[in-house]
Amino acid sequence: MSRRWRLPARFAALGYLALLIVVPVGSVFFRAFQHGFGAAWDAVTTPEATHAFWLTIFVVAIAVPLDTIFGVGVALLLARHRFRGAWILDAFIDIPLALSPVVVGLGLVLVYGKSGWFGNWLAARGIAIIFSVPGIVMASATVALPYVARSVLPVLLEIGTEQEQAARTLGAGPVAIFLRITLPSIRRSLAYGVTLTTARVLGEFGAVAIVSGAIVDKTQTMTLFIDDSFNNLDPVGAYAGAVILALLSLGVLLILGGDRHQRRERRWQSPSAESPSDMEVLLPATT
Amino acid sequence: MVDVGLETHRAPPSALSAKSTRTRALSRGAAAASGPALAVTYLSLLVLLPLAAILSQAFTGGPAAFWREATSPESLAALELTVVCSLIVAVFNALAGLLIAWVMVRDEFAGKRVVNAVIDLPFALPTVVAGLTLLSLYGPSSPFGVNVAGTRVAIVLALAFVTLPFSVRTVQPVIAELDRETEEAAASLGASPAAVAKRIVLPSIAPAMLAGAGLAFARAVGEFGSVVLISGSLPYKTQVASAWIYSLYGDDFLPYAAAVSTVLVVLALALLLGMGWLRRRFDVGGIQ
Repeated sequence: MSRRWRLPARFAALGYLALLIVVPVGSVFFRAFQHGFGAAWDAVTTPEATHAFWLTIFVVAIAVPLDTIFGVGVALLLARHRFRGAWILDAFIDIPLALSPVVVGLGLVLVYGKSGWFGNWLAARGIAIIFSVPGIVMASATVALPYVARSVLPVLLEIGTEQEQAARTLGAGPVAIFLRITLPSIRRSLAYGVTLTTARVLGEFGAVAIVSGAIVDKTQTMTLFIDDSFNNLDPVGAYAGAVILALLSLGVLLILGGDRHQRRERRWQSPSAESPSDMEVLLPATT
Repeated sequence: MVDVGLETHRAPPSALSAKSTRTRALSRGAAAASGPALAVTYLSLLVLLPLAAILSQAFTGGPAAFWREATSPESLAALELTVVCSLIVAVFNALAGLLIAWVMVRDEFAGKRVVNAVIDLPFALPTVVAGLTLLSLYGPSSPFGVNVAGTRVAIVLALAFVTLPFSVRTVQPVIAELDRETEEAAASLGASPAAVAKRIVLPSIAPAMLAGAGLAFARAVGEFGSVVLISGSLPYKTQVASAWIYSLYGDDFLPYAAAVSTVLVVLALALLLGMGWLRRRFDVGGIQ
Protein backbone atom coordinates (compact mmCIF):
# COMPACT_ATOMS: atom_id res chain seq x y z
CA MET A 1 0.00 0.00 0.00
CA SER A 2 1.48 3.31 -0.98
CA ARG A 3 2.09 5.66 1.90
CA ARG A 4 -0.42 8.20 0.64
CA TRP A 5 -3.31 5.75 0.96
CA ARG A 6 -2.30 4.16 4.25
CA LEU A 7 -4.15 6.55 6.56
CA PRO A 8 -7.33 6.95 4.49
CA ALA A 9 -7.55 3.16 4.13
CA ARG A 10 -7.07 2.68 7.85
CA PHE A 11 -9.77 5.19 8.71
CA ALA A 12 -12.21 3.80 6.14
CA ALA A 13 -11.72 0.24 7.43
CA LEU A 14 -11.94 1.14 11.10
CA GLY A 15 -14.84 3.53 10.45
CA TYR A 16 -16.87 0.82 8.74
CA LEU A 17 -16.19 -1.60 11.60
CA ALA A 18 -17.11 1.05 14.16
CA LEU A 19 -20.39 2.05 12.52
CA LEU A 20 -21.44 -1.49 11.68
CA ILE A 21 -20.31 -3.37 14.78
CA VAL A 22 -18.76 -1.46 17.68
CA VAL A 23 -21.18 1.42 18.11
CA PRO A 24 -24.36 -0.69 17.68
CA VAL A 25 -23.14 -3.35 20.15
CA GLY A 26 -22.16 -0.62 22.60
CA SER A 27 -25.56 0.98 22.25
CA VAL A 28 -27.31 -2.25 23.29
CA PHE A 29 -25.40 -2.13 26.56
CA PHE A 30 -26.30 1.54 26.90
CA ARG A 31 -30.02 0.88 26.29
CA ALA A 32 -30.09 -2.02 28.74
CA PHE A 33 -28.74 0.11 31.58
CA GLN A 34 -30.31 3.39 30.43
CA HIS A 35 -32.89 3.29 33.24
CA GLY A 36 -30.39 2.11 35.78
CA PHE A 37 -28.88 -1.22 36.65
CA GLY A 38 -31.85 -2.01 38.89
CA ALA A 39 -34.40 -1.81 36.07
CA ALA A 40 -32.29 -4.08 33.89
CA TRP A 41 -31.80 -6.54 36.73
CA ASP A 42 -35.53 -6.60 37.47
CA ALA A 43 -36.31 -7.21 33.80
CA VAL A 44 -34.10 -10.30 33.60
CA THR A 45 -35.01 -11.80 36.97
CA THR A 46 -38.69 -12.22 36.25
CA PRO A 47 -39.84 -15.84 36.34
CA GLU A 48 -40.18 -15.86 32.52
CA ALA A 49 -36.68 -14.53 31.98
CA THR A 50 -35.13 -16.90 34.51
CA HIS A 51 -36.94 -19.84 32.96
CA ALA A 52 -35.78 -18.82 29.49
CA PHE A 53 -32.22 -18.51 30.74
CA TRP A 54 -32.12 -21.97 32.32
CA LEU A 55 -33.86 -23.56 29.36
CA THR A 56 -31.17 -22.10 27.10
CA ILE A 57 -28.44 -23.49 29.35
CA PHE A 58 -30.19 -26.87 29.41
CA VAL A 59 -30.41 -26.98 25.60
CA VAL A 60 -26.70 -26.11 25.33
CA ALA A 61 -25.86 -28.85 27.85
CA ILE A 62 -27.58 -31.48 25.68
CA ALA A 63 -27.12 -30.28 22.10
CA VAL A 64 -23.44 -29.31 22.30
CA PRO A 65 -22.19 -32.71 23.64
CA LEU A 66 -24.35 -34.54 21.05
CA ASP A 67 -22.92 -32.45 18.20
CA THR A 68 -19.41 -32.82 19.62
CA ILE A 69 -19.58 -36.61 19.73
CA PHE A 70 -21.13 -36.70 16.26
CA GLY A 71 -18.59 -34.21 14.91
CA VAL A 72 -15.53 -36.04 16.24
CA GLY A 73 -16.98 -39.38 15.15
CA VAL A 74 -17.71 -38.18 11.63
CA ALA A 75 -14.32 -36.52 11.33
CA LEU A 76 -12.60 -39.76 12.43
CA LEU A 77 -14.71 -41.81 10.02
CA LEU A 78 -14.08 -39.52 7.07
CA ALA A 79 -10.37 -39.19 7.81
CA ARG A 80 -9.55 -42.79 8.75
CA HIS A 81 -11.99 -45.12 7.07
CA ARG A 82 -13.35 -45.88 3.66
CA PHE A 83 -16.94 -46.96 3.73
CA ARG A 84 -20.07 -46.86 1.64
CA GLY A 85 -22.13 -43.75 2.30
CA ALA A 86 -19.12 -41.60 3.17
CA TRP A 87 -20.06 -39.13 0.45
CA ILE A 88 -23.53 -38.70 1.99
CA LEU A 89 -22.00 -37.69 5.32
CA ASP A 90 -19.47 -35.46 3.64
CA ALA A 91 -21.92 -33.69 1.35
CA PHE A 92 -24.90 -33.26 3.65
CA ILE A 93 -23.13 -32.33 6.85
CA ASP A 94 -22.59 -28.79 5.50
CA ILE A 95 -26.19 -28.13 4.59
CA PRO A 96 -27.15 -26.43 7.87
CA LEU A 97 -24.47 -23.81 7.10
CA ALA A 98 -26.14 -22.71 3.89
CA LEU A 99 -29.78 -23.24 4.78
CA SER A 100 -32.20 -20.85 6.45
CA PRO A 101 -32.85 -21.94 10.06
CA VAL A 102 -36.55 -21.45 9.38
CA VAL A 103 -36.36 -24.19 6.74
CA VAL A 104 -34.47 -26.43 9.20
CA GLY A 105 -37.23 -25.92 11.75
CA LEU A 106 -39.96 -26.54 9.20
CA GLY A 107 -38.32 -29.82 8.15
CA LEU A 108 -38.26 -31.03 11.76
CA VAL A 109 -41.95 -30.12 12.19
CA LEU A 110 -42.84 -32.04 9.03
CA VAL A 111 -41.12 -35.16 10.39
CA TYR A 112 -41.81 -35.04 14.13
CA GLY A 113 -44.85 -32.73 14.36
CA LYS A 114 -48.44 -33.77 14.99
CA SER A 115 -49.23 -34.17 11.29
CA GLY A 116 -45.63 -35.14 10.43
CA TRP A 117 -44.28 -38.47 9.23
CA PHE A 118 -43.65 -39.82 12.73
CA GLY A 119 -46.47 -37.80 14.33
CA ASN A 120 -48.88 -40.67 14.95
CA TRP A 121 -46.16 -43.07 16.06
CA LEU A 122 -44.81 -40.56 18.58
CA ALA A 123 -48.25 -39.49 19.79
CA ALA A 124 -49.25 -43.12 20.39
CA ARG A 125 -46.26 -43.41 22.71
CA GLY A 126 -46.92 -40.11 24.40
CA ILE A 127 -43.67 -38.56 23.16
CA ALA A 128 -43.84 -34.83 22.46
CA ILE A 129 -41.02 -33.40 20.37
CA ILE A 130 -42.42 -30.40 18.54
CA PHE A 131 -43.67 -27.59 20.82
CA SER A 132 -41.58 -29.20 23.51
CA VAL A 133 -38.01 -29.20 24.78
CA PRO A 134 -36.76 -32.19 22.70
CA GLY A 135 -37.69 -30.28 19.55
CA ILE A 136 -35.67 -27.26 20.69
CA VAL A 137 -32.69 -29.49 21.39
CA MET A 138 -33.00 -31.14 17.97
CA ALA A 139 -33.35 -27.83 16.13
CA SER A 140 -30.33 -26.39 17.95
CA ALA A 141 -28.27 -29.54 17.34
CA THR A 142 -29.14 -29.41 13.63
CA VAL A 143 -28.15 -25.82 12.94
CA ALA A 144 -24.83 -26.29 14.77
CA LEU A 145 -24.15 -29.74 13.31
CA PRO A 146 -21.17 -29.02 11.00
CA TYR A 147 -18.88 -26.96 13.22
CA VAL A 148 -17.04 -29.64 15.23
CA ALA A 149 -16.54 -32.00 12.30
CA ARG A 150 -15.31 -29.17 10.09
CA SER A 151 -12.83 -27.93 12.71
CA VAL A 152 -11.41 -31.35 13.52
CA LEU A 153 -11.33 -32.99 10.09
CA PRO A 154 -8.49 -30.93 8.53
CA VAL A 155 -6.28 -31.49 11.59
CA LEU A 156 -6.93 -35.24 11.52
CA LEU A 157 -6.00 -35.36 7.84
CA GLU A 158 -2.86 -33.36 8.47
CA ILE A 159 -1.49 -35.33 11.42
CA GLY A 160 -1.84 -38.58 9.49
CA THR A 161 -1.89 -42.05 11.04
CA GLU A 162 1.79 -42.73 11.75
CA GLN A 163 1.60 -42.14 15.49
CA GLU A 164 -1.67 -44.04 15.78
CA GLN A 165 -0.18 -46.98 13.88
CA ALA A 166 2.93 -46.93 16.05
CA ALA A 167 0.75 -47.00 19.16
CA ARG A 168 -1.25 -49.89 17.72
CA THR A 169 1.82 -51.97 16.97
CA LEU A 170 2.95 -51.35 20.55
CA GLY A 171 -0.31 -52.90 21.70
CA ALA A 172 -2.51 -49.92 22.51
CA GLY A 173 -6.24 -50.47 22.13
CA PRO A 174 -8.49 -48.14 20.13
CA VAL A 175 -9.68 -46.29 23.22
CA ALA A 176 -6.15 -45.72 24.48
CA ILE A 177 -5.03 -44.60 21.03
CA PHE A 178 -7.87 -42.10 20.83
CA LEU A 179 -7.35 -40.72 24.33
CA ARG A 180 -3.54 -40.67 24.34
CA ILE A 181 -2.65 -39.95 20.70
CA THR A 182 -5.55 -38.56 18.68
CA LEU A 183 -7.32 -36.39 21.26
CA PRO A 184 -4.22 -34.43 22.34
CA SER A 185 -3.44 -33.57 18.70
CA ILE A 186 -6.93 -32.36 17.87
CA ARG A 187 -7.48 -30.68 21.24
CA ARG A 188 -7.31 -27.11 20.04
CA SER A 189 -9.35 -27.51 16.90
CA LEU A 190 -11.90 -29.44 18.93
CA ALA A 191 -12.11 -26.60 21.46
CA TYR A 192 -12.65 -24.16 18.63
CA GLY A 193 -15.36 -26.30 17.06
CA VAL A 194 -17.10 -26.64 20.42
CA THR A 195 -16.91 -22.85 20.84
CA LEU A 196 -18.61 -22.22 17.51
CA THR A 197 -21.20 -24.90 18.28
CA THR A 198 -21.98 -23.40 21.68
CA ALA A 199 -22.25 -19.85 20.34
CA ARG A 200 -24.58 -21.04 17.60
CA VAL A 201 -26.79 -23.06 19.98
CA LEU A 202 -26.95 -20.19 22.49
CA GLY A 203 -28.08 -17.77 19.83
CA GLU A 204 -30.30 -19.92 17.63
CA PHE A 205 -33.58 -18.20 16.87
CA GLY A 206 -35.28 -19.10 13.58
CA ALA A 207 -35.27 -22.88 13.91
CA VAL A 208 -36.17 -22.75 17.59
CA ALA A 209 -38.96 -20.23 16.96
CA ILE A 210 -40.55 -22.70 14.52
CA VAL A 211 -40.33 -25.89 16.61
CA SER A 212 -40.91 -24.47 20.08
CA GLY A 213 -44.19 -22.61 19.74
CA ALA A 214 -42.55 -20.14 22.19
CA ILE A 215 -44.76 -21.08 25.12
CA VAL A 216 -43.85 -18.73 27.98
CA ASP A 217 -42.41 -20.59 30.98
CA LYS A 218 -42.32 -23.80 28.96
CA THR A 219 -40.49 -23.61 25.64
CA GLN A 220 -39.23 -20.05 25.56
CA THR A 221 -35.49 -19.81 25.17
CA MET A 222 -33.42 -16.68 25.71
CA THR A 223 -33.59 -15.56 22.07
CA LEU A 224 -37.36 -16.07 22.00
CA PHE A 225 -37.65 -14.15 25.29
CA ILE A 226 -35.76 -11.23 23.74
CA ASP A 227 -37.98 -11.23 20.67
CA ASP A 228 -41.11 -11.56 22.79
CA SER A 229 -40.11 -8.74 25.16
CA PHE A 230 -39.35 -6.49 22.23
CA ASN A 231 -42.68 -7.17 20.54
CA ASN A 232 -44.53 -6.64 23.83
CA LEU A 233 -43.00 -3.17 24.16
CA ASP A 234 -40.65 -4.13 26.95
CA PRO A 235 -37.42 -2.77 25.47
CA VAL A 236 -35.54 -2.90 28.77
CA GLY A 237 -36.26 -6.63 29.06
CA ALA A 238 -35.23 -7.16 25.45
CA TYR A 239 -32.01 -5.18 25.71
CA ALA A 240 -31.08 -6.61 29.12
CA GLY A 241 -31.75 -10.13 27.82
CA ALA A 242 -29.61 -9.34 24.78
CA VAL A 243 -26.77 -8.19 27.04
CA ILE A 244 -26.92 -11.45 29.02
CA LEU A 245 -26.94 -13.57 25.88
CA ALA A 246 -24.14 -11.52 24.31
CA LEU A 247 -22.01 -11.86 27.48
CA LEU A 248 -22.64 -15.62 27.55
CA SER A 249 -21.54 -16.00 23.91
CA LEU A 250 -18.52 -13.78 24.37
CA GLY A 251 -17.60 -15.63 27.55
CA VAL A 252 -17.67 -18.96 25.72
CA LEU A 253 -15.57 -17.43 22.97
CA LEU A 254 -13.01 -16.09 25.43
CA ILE A 255 -12.77 -19.25 27.55
CA LEU A 256 -12.66 -21.85 24.80
CA GLY A 257 -11.69 -19.83 21.75
CA GLY A 258 -9.06 -17.89 23.65
CA ASP A 259 -7.21 -21.13 24.05
CA ARG A 260 -5.90 -21.05 20.50
CA HIS A 261 -4.32 -17.64 21.03
CA GLN A 262 -2.84 -18.36 24.45
CA ARG A 263 -1.14 -21.59 23.50
CA ARG A 264 0.33 -20.33 20.27
CA GLU A 265 3.80 -20.12 21.78
CA ARG A 266 3.71 -23.85 22.39
CA ARG A 267 3.02 -24.58 18.77
CA TRP A 268 6.35 -26.37 18.29
CA GLN A 269 5.07 -29.27 20.35
CA SER A 270 2.55 -30.24 17.75
CA PRO A 271 2.88 -27.99 14.75
CA SER A 272 0.18 -29.74 12.81
CA ALA A 273 -2.43 -29.38 15.53
CA GLU A 274 -2.94 -25.75 14.63
CA SER A 275 -6.53 -24.60 14.87
CA PRO A 276 -8.11 -24.11 11.49
CA SER A 277 -9.09 -20.58 10.61
CA ASP A 278 -12.73 -19.57 10.84
CA MET A 279 -13.03 -19.96 7.13
CA GLU A 280 -11.71 -23.49 7.11
CA VAL A 281 -14.52 -24.38 9.43
CA LEU A 282 -17.16 -22.48 7.54
CA LEU A 283 -16.17 -23.24 3.98
CA PRO A 284 -18.00 -26.25 2.68
CA ALA A 285 -15.57 -28.95 1.77
CA THR A 286 -15.62 -32.29 0.12
CA THR A 287 -12.70 -34.48 0.91
CA MET B 1 20.91 -73.54 16.80
CA VAL B 2 20.34 -69.89 17.21
CA ASP B 3 17.86 -69.93 14.39
CA VAL B 4 15.83 -72.76 15.87
CA GLY B 5 15.89 -71.10 19.25
CA LEU B 6 14.54 -67.96 17.76
CA GLU B 7 11.89 -69.87 15.88
CA THR B 8 10.64 -71.76 18.90
CA HIS B 9 10.84 -68.65 20.94
CA ARG B 10 8.88 -66.65 18.46
CA ALA B 11 6.15 -69.15 17.91
CA PRO B 12 3.97 -68.66 20.99
CA PRO B 13 3.93 -64.82 20.84
CA SER B 14 3.16 -64.87 17.12
CA ALA B 15 0.28 -67.21 17.73
CA LEU B 16 -0.92 -64.93 20.51
CA SER B 17 -0.58 -61.83 18.42
CA ALA B 18 -2.37 -63.50 15.52
CA LYS B 19 -5.25 -64.19 17.82
CA SER B 20 -5.27 -60.71 19.32
CA THR B 21 -5.07 -59.13 15.86
CA ARG B 22 -8.04 -61.17 14.87
CA THR B 23 -10.13 -60.05 17.84
CA ARG B 24 -8.95 -56.50 17.35
CA ALA B 25 -9.78 -56.70 13.68
CA LEU B 26 -13.18 -58.03 14.64
CA SER B 27 -13.86 -55.26 17.12
CA ARG B 28 -12.49 -52.70 14.68
CA GLY B 29 -14.70 -54.20 11.99
CA ALA B 30 -17.70 -53.85 14.25
CA ALA B 31 -16.77 -50.28 15.06
CA ALA B 32 -16.18 -49.50 11.41
CA ALA B 33 -19.59 -50.89 10.57
CA SER B 34 -21.55 -49.34 13.44
CA GLY B 35 -19.76 -45.97 13.33
CA PRO B 36 -20.99 -44.98 9.87
CA ALA B 37 -24.42 -46.41 10.65
CA LEU B 38 -24.68 -44.29 13.81
CA ALA B 39 -23.40 -41.17 12.07
CA VAL B 40 -25.72 -41.56 9.09
CA THR B 41 -28.63 -42.22 11.46
CA TYR B 42 -27.93 -39.02 13.41
CA LEU B 43 -27.58 -37.07 10.16
CA SER B 44 -30.79 -38.64 8.84
CA LEU B 45 -32.81 -37.80 11.92
CA LEU B 46 -31.67 -34.18 11.94
CA VAL B 47 -31.02 -33.30 8.30
CA LEU B 48 -31.90 -35.88 5.65
CA LEU B 49 -35.41 -36.85 6.81
CA PRO B 50 -36.46 -33.22 7.40
CA LEU B 51 -35.20 -32.27 3.92
CA ALA B 52 -37.08 -35.19 2.38
CA ALA B 53 -40.20 -34.22 4.33
CA ILE B 54 -39.99 -30.67 2.96
CA LEU B 55 -39.72 -31.94 -0.62
CA SER B 56 -42.57 -34.39 -0.12
CA GLN B 57 -44.77 -31.76 1.55
CA ALA B 58 -44.02 -29.26 -1.23
CA PHE B 59 -45.29 -31.68 -3.86
CA THR B 60 -48.37 -32.97 -2.00
CA GLY B 61 -50.61 -31.09 -4.43
CA GLY B 62 -48.60 -32.13 -7.48
CA PRO B 63 -45.98 -30.22 -9.46
CA ALA B 64 -48.51 -27.64 -10.70
CA ALA B 65 -49.48 -26.65 -7.16
CA PHE B 66 -45.81 -26.53 -6.18
CA TRP B 67 -45.01 -24.24 -9.07
CA ARG B 68 -48.02 -22.01 -8.37
CA GLU B 69 -46.97 -21.57 -4.74
CA ALA B 70 -43.25 -21.21 -5.35
CA THR B 71 -43.91 -18.52 -7.97
CA SER B 72 -46.86 -16.74 -6.38
CA PRO B 73 -46.48 -12.93 -6.40
CA GLU B 74 -45.65 -12.87 -2.69
CA SER B 75 -43.13 -15.73 -2.96
CA LEU B 76 -41.47 -14.14 -5.97
CA ALA B 77 -41.32 -10.77 -4.23
CA ALA B 78 -39.78 -12.31 -1.10
CA LEU B 79 -37.29 -14.44 -3.05
CA GLU B 80 -36.30 -11.56 -5.30
CA LEU B 81 -35.84 -9.22 -2.35
CA THR B 82 -33.73 -11.83 -0.55
CA VAL B 83 -31.50 -12.56 -3.52
CA VAL B 84 -31.05 -8.90 -4.53
CA CYS B 85 -30.25 -7.72 -0.97
CA SER B 86 -27.89 -10.68 -0.48
CA LEU B 87 -26.11 -9.89 -3.75
CA ILE B 88 -25.71 -6.22 -2.82
CA VAL B 89 -24.32 -7.20 0.58
CA ALA B 90 -22.03 -9.89 -0.85
CA VAL B 91 -20.50 -7.45 -3.35
CA PHE B 92 -20.28 -4.51 -0.96
CA ASN B 93 -18.79 -6.61 1.85
CA ALA B 94 -16.34 -8.23 -0.58
CA LEU B 95 -14.92 -4.74 -1.18
CA ALA B 96 -15.16 -3.64 2.46
CA GLY B 97 -13.74 -7.00 3.55
CA LEU B 98 -10.81 -6.59 1.16
CA LEU B 99 -10.10 -3.13 2.55
CA ILE B 100 -10.32 -4.29 6.18
CA ALA B 101 -8.22 -7.41 5.54
CA TRP B 102 -5.62 -5.31 3.72
CA VAL B 103 -5.40 -2.84 6.60
CA MET B 104 -5.19 -5.71 9.12
CA VAL B 105 -2.30 -7.36 7.26
CA ARG B 106 -0.27 -4.45 5.86
CA ASP B 107 -0.92 -1.66 8.34
CA GLU B 108 0.34 -1.34 11.90
CA PHE B 109 -1.56 0.61 14.52
CA ALA B 110 -2.32 0.52 18.22
CA GLY B 111 -5.20 -1.71 19.26
CA LYS B 112 -4.95 -3.99 16.24
CA ARG B 113 -5.63 -7.08 18.34
CA VAL B 114 -8.87 -5.56 19.62
CA VAL B 115 -9.95 -4.75 16.07
CA ASN B 116 -9.14 -8.33 15.11
CA ALA B 117 -11.49 -9.57 17.82
CA VAL B 118 -14.19 -7.09 16.81
CA ILE B 119 -14.27 -8.55 13.29
CA ASP B 120 -15.33 -11.92 14.76
CA LEU B 121 -18.03 -10.39 16.94
CA PRO B 122 -20.89 -11.05 14.47
CA PHE B 123 -19.95 -14.76 14.53
CA ALA B 124 -20.42 -14.90 18.28
CA LEU B 125 -23.39 -12.60 18.66
CA PRO B 126 -26.82 -14.26 18.48
CA THR B 127 -28.71 -13.03 15.41
CA VAL B 128 -31.60 -11.61 17.44
CA VAL B 129 -29.11 -9.63 19.47
CA ALA B 130 -27.54 -8.43 16.23
CA GLY B 131 -30.92 -7.25 14.98
CA LEU B 132 -31.70 -5.52 18.25
CA THR B 133 -28.25 -3.99 18.25
CA LEU B 134 -28.75 -2.35 14.86
CA LEU B 135 -32.30 -1.35 15.73
CA SER B 136 -31.17 0.47 18.85
CA LEU B 137 -28.80 2.59 16.80
CA TYR B 138 -30.46 2.93 13.41
CA GLY B 139 -34.10 2.44 14.49
CA PRO B 140 -36.93 4.77 15.60
CA SER B 141 -35.06 5.99 18.68
CA SER B 142 -31.74 6.42 16.91
CA PRO B 143 -29.42 8.85 18.67
CA PHE B 144 -28.23 10.02 15.22
CA GLY B 145 -31.76 10.57 13.92
CA VAL B 146 -31.15 7.85 11.31
CA ASN B 147 -34.23 5.65 11.18
CA VAL B 148 -34.10 2.86 8.62
CA ALA B 149 -36.41 0.43 10.47
CA GLY B 150 -38.98 -1.11 8.14
CA THR B 151 -37.04 -0.25 5.00
CA ARG B 152 -34.93 -2.30 2.62
CA VAL B 153 -31.87 -0.41 3.79
CA ALA B 154 -32.39 -2.09 7.16
CA ILE B 155 -32.23 -5.52 5.53
CA VAL B 156 -28.96 -4.66 3.79
CA LEU B 157 -27.58 -3.27 7.05
CA ALA B 158 -28.46 -6.40 9.04
CA LEU B 159 -27.07 -8.71 6.35
CA ALA B 160 -23.88 -6.63 6.15
CA PHE B 161 -23.45 -7.04 9.91
CA VAL B 162 -23.83 -10.82 10.03
CA THR B 163 -21.75 -11.55 6.91
CA LEU B 164 -18.79 -9.22 7.43
CA PRO B 165 -16.53 -11.82 9.12
CA PHE B 166 -16.87 -14.17 6.13
CA SER B 167 -15.76 -11.43 3.75
CA VAL B 168 -12.76 -10.41 5.84
CA ARG B 169 -11.56 -13.83 7.00
CA THR B 170 -11.48 -15.49 3.58
CA VAL B 171 -9.27 -12.78 2.06
CA GLN B 172 -7.04 -12.05 5.06
CA PRO B 173 -4.89 -15.23 4.96
CA VAL B 174 -4.40 -14.86 1.20
CA ILE B 175 -3.19 -11.27 1.56
CA ALA B 176 -0.90 -12.37 4.38
CA GLU B 177 0.66 -14.95 2.07
CA LEU B 178 1.10 -12.58 -0.87
CA ASP B 179 4.70 -12.37 -1.94
CA ARG B 180 5.63 -8.74 -1.35
CA GLU B 181 8.89 -9.18 -3.22
CA THR B 182 6.99 -9.74 -6.45
CA GLU B 183 5.11 -6.50 -5.90
CA GLU B 184 8.35 -4.66 -5.13
CA ALA B 185 10.08 -6.19 -8.15
CA ALA B 186 7.23 -5.11 -10.42
CA ALA B 187 7.30 -1.62 -8.93
CA SER B 188 11.07 -1.36 -9.33
CA LEU B 189 10.71 -2.42 -12.97
CA GLY B 190 8.48 0.61 -13.47
CA ALA B 191 4.97 -0.78 -12.95
CA SER B 192 2.53 1.79 -11.61
CA PRO B 193 0.68 0.98 -8.35
CA ALA B 194 -2.48 0.43 -10.42
CA ALA B 195 -0.65 -2.02 -12.67
CA VAL B 196 0.77 -3.88 -9.67
CA ALA B 197 -2.68 -4.12 -8.16
CA LYS B 198 -4.25 -5.29 -11.40
CA ARG B 199 -1.58 -7.68 -12.67
CA ILE B 200 -0.11 -9.11 -9.46
CA VAL B 201 -2.34 -8.59 -6.44
CA LEU B 202 -5.81 -9.03 -7.91
CA PRO B 203 -5.24 -12.38 -9.65
CA SER B 204 -4.05 -13.87 -6.34
CA ILE B 205 -6.85 -12.60 -4.17
CA ALA B 206 -9.77 -12.76 -6.63
CA PRO B 207 -10.66 -16.42 -5.88
CA ALA B 208 -10.60 -15.73 -2.15
CA MET B 209 -12.81 -12.68 -2.61
CA LEU B 210 -15.21 -14.79 -4.65
CA ALA B 211 -15.22 -17.50 -1.96
CA GLY B 212 -15.90 -14.89 0.72
CA ALA B 213 -18.69 -13.36 -1.35
CA GLY B 214 -20.17 -16.82 -1.90
CA LEU B 215 -20.17 -17.58 1.82
CA ALA B 216 -21.65 -14.19 2.63
CA PHE B 217 -24.32 -14.68 -0.04
CA ALA B 218 -25.22 -18.16 1.25
CA ARG B 219 -25.48 -16.88 4.79
CA ALA B 220 -27.48 -13.81 3.74
CA VAL B 221 -30.03 -15.77 1.70
CA GLY B 222 -30.95 -17.85 4.74
CA GLU B 223 -30.71 -15.09 7.34
CA PHE B 224 -33.71 -14.64 9.58
CA GLY B 225 -33.05 -13.55 13.17
CA SER B 226 -31.17 -10.34 12.53
CA VAL B 227 -33.44 -9.22 9.69
CA VAL B 228 -36.86 -9.94 11.15
CA LEU B 229 -36.83 -7.32 13.93
CA ILE B 230 -35.39 -4.41 12.02
CA SER B 231 -37.12 -4.97 8.66
CA GLY B 232 -40.66 -5.20 10.02
CA SER B 233 -41.36 -8.00 7.47
CA LEU B 234 -43.91 -6.07 5.41
CA PRO B 235 -45.17 -8.29 2.56
CA TYR B 236 -43.93 -7.21 -0.89
CA LYS B 237 -41.77 -4.55 0.74
CA THR B 238 -39.39 -5.84 3.40
CA GLN B 239 -40.32 -9.50 3.79
CA VAL B 240 -37.36 -11.78 3.07
CA ALA B 241 -37.83 -15.42 2.06
CA SER B 242 -37.22 -16.82 5.57
CA ALA B 243 -39.76 -14.41 7.06
CA TRP B 244 -42.29 -15.32 4.35
CA ILE B 245 -41.85 -19.03 5.13
CA TYR B 246 -42.19 -18.26 8.83
CA SER B 247 -45.43 -16.37 8.28
CA LEU B 248 -46.84 -19.14 6.04
CA TYR B 249 -45.96 -21.66 8.74
CA GLY B 250 -47.65 -19.46 11.36
CA ASP B 251 -50.83 -19.46 9.25
CA ASP B 252 -50.60 -23.26 8.90
CA PHE B 253 -50.05 -23.28 5.13
CA LEU B 254 -47.58 -26.15 5.36
CA PRO B 255 -47.38 -27.21 1.67
CA TYR B 256 -47.02 -23.54 0.68
CA ALA B 257 -44.24 -22.98 3.25
CA ALA B 258 -42.55 -26.18 2.07
CA ALA B 259 -42.72 -25.05 -1.57
CA VAL B 260 -40.90 -21.80 -0.83
CA SER B 261 -38.47 -23.72 1.41
CA THR B 262 -37.72 -26.07 -1.48
CA VAL B 263 -36.51 -23.10 -3.52
CA LEU B 264 -34.14 -22.17 -0.68
CA VAL B 265 -32.95 -25.78 -0.33
CA VAL B 266 -32.13 -25.95 -4.04
CA LEU B 267 -30.34 -22.61 -3.82
CA ALA B 268 -28.34 -23.78 -0.78
CA LEU B 269 -27.32 -27.03 -2.50
CA ALA B 270 -26.24 -25.12 -5.62
CA LEU B 271 -24.20 -22.70 -3.51
CA LEU B 272 -22.52 -25.54 -1.59
CA LEU B 273 -21.60 -27.24 -4.86
CA GLY B 274 -20.24 -23.99 -6.27
CA MET B 275 -18.24 -23.29 -3.12
CA GLY B 276 -16.87 -26.84 -3.11
CA TRP B 277 -15.72 -26.40 -6.70
CA LEU B 278 -14.11 -23.06 -5.92
CA ARG B 279 -12.27 -24.58 -2.97
CA ARG B 280 -10.94 -27.52 -4.95
CA ARG B 281 -10.04 -25.42 -7.98
CA PHE B 282 -8.24 -22.57 -6.20
CA ASP B 283 -7.67 -23.99 -2.73
CA VAL B 284 -8.97 -20.84 -1.07
CA GLY B 285 -9.42 -21.01 2.65
CA GLY B 286 -10.54 -24.58 2.36
CA ILE B 287 -9.75 -27.90 3.91
CA GLN B 288 -7.50 -30.26 2.04
